[in-house]
Amino acid sequence: MADSDIKAMTAQIPGVDFKETSFTRPLPLNEATVAIVTSAALHHPGDEEFTMLDIGYRVLESSRHDYVLRHWSPNFDPTGFALDINTVFPIDRLQELADKKIIGKVSDQHLSYAGNQFDLSAIQLDSGPSGAQFLKDQDVDVVLLTPV
Amino acid sequence: MATITLGSIKEQLEATAPPRALYCDFPLGRPLGEPLDPEFQHRVLESAFQLLEAEEPTIKEYDVSIPDNGDEILACPLPPRHDPDLHPALDEVRGLRPAYERAVEKYGNRIGMGRTVQLKDLEEAITALIRVTEGVPWKEAGIPGVPSRVSQDIRGYYETAALELSENAPKAWTGTRWFLKNTEAGKVLMSARQAMADSGANQPIWFYMTPGDD
Repeated sequence: MADSDIKAMTAQIPGVDFKETSFTRPLPLNEATVAIVTSAALHHPGDEEFTMLDIGYRVLESSRHDYVLRHWSPNFDPTGFALDINTVFPIDRLQELADKKIIGKVSDQHLSYAGNQFDLSAIQLDSGPSGAQFLKDQDVDVVLLTPV
Repeated sequence: MATITLGSIKEQLEATAPPRALYCDFPLGRPLGEPLDPEFQHRVLESAFQLLEAEEPTIKEYDVSIPDNGDEILACPLPPRHDPDLHPALDEVRGLRPAYERAVEKYGNRIGMGRTVQLKDLEEAITALIRVTEGVPWKEAGIPGVPSRVSQDIRGYYETAALELSENAPKAWTGTRWFLKNTEAGKVLMSARQAMADSGANQPIWFYMTPGDD
């Protein structure tokens, strides 16, 4: 079993066919608030666990680095995250960029979804827009998506 | 909001056609590439943020690949046999406990146990899978939850313990291969999975107990 075998196995899983690509021009990066959205099924201990087909999101606080990874798919290597959360959730890297004024600010809150979904319509119509609104309410300007 | 997506499966990026995407040929589970390498991660982020200058939707390819040949197995010692009266897998689990606890102390329970099986119930979970390998129908073996989720907890225990036992940070997938091929518990899991498949259990029940098609 090689990584390429699993990629080949999953490459043809149908995604959402967007009729148009939403393209937004951002503020200059050094003025922008940046948030991470990951599909690694991260959450804080004590948060509601992701269920098998959970389309919802969990809020991740920048100030707490106690994230746990509770993805339902076995088809990825989890040890990178175990060693260094930034392998999946580059929160420290973003803060370093903010300290150097390369980005304006790191959002206080970020989102995690669970990447093991087959029915994407509920995310497209419900939890995706809900998560986007949450981030807009946090005055986020730029979102970095890290997929797992 | 402007969005930038990282991705390691090119076909999915092309099919989804996001506003800005950086295709990185990195192992699944490592979207920023290398753990414990801030300089590497910063270079990836720099390339990602450069996409904000694009005038139209774009997919760029990052210029560094991290390949996985599928053969490399983590060099990780296993505890010597201690109690000959115990099933080898249970003896091994007990022998790894100190390493697991040290790893959780050091890294937190990031990928370890607790999805379905708590640490105190680990041996019971493995015993249930042993029963399956011995011919007990899987529904009667006492597996304490969805088999794939139980398997993830067992794999999480082993891959967490391995972080403390191996000399170097594991390359992607090498710990998984070590668990499945070199450990007694991994062999039990593989055998139980095969037994469930052979018994005609619905595919999702057994297929996701391990990665890929193995």
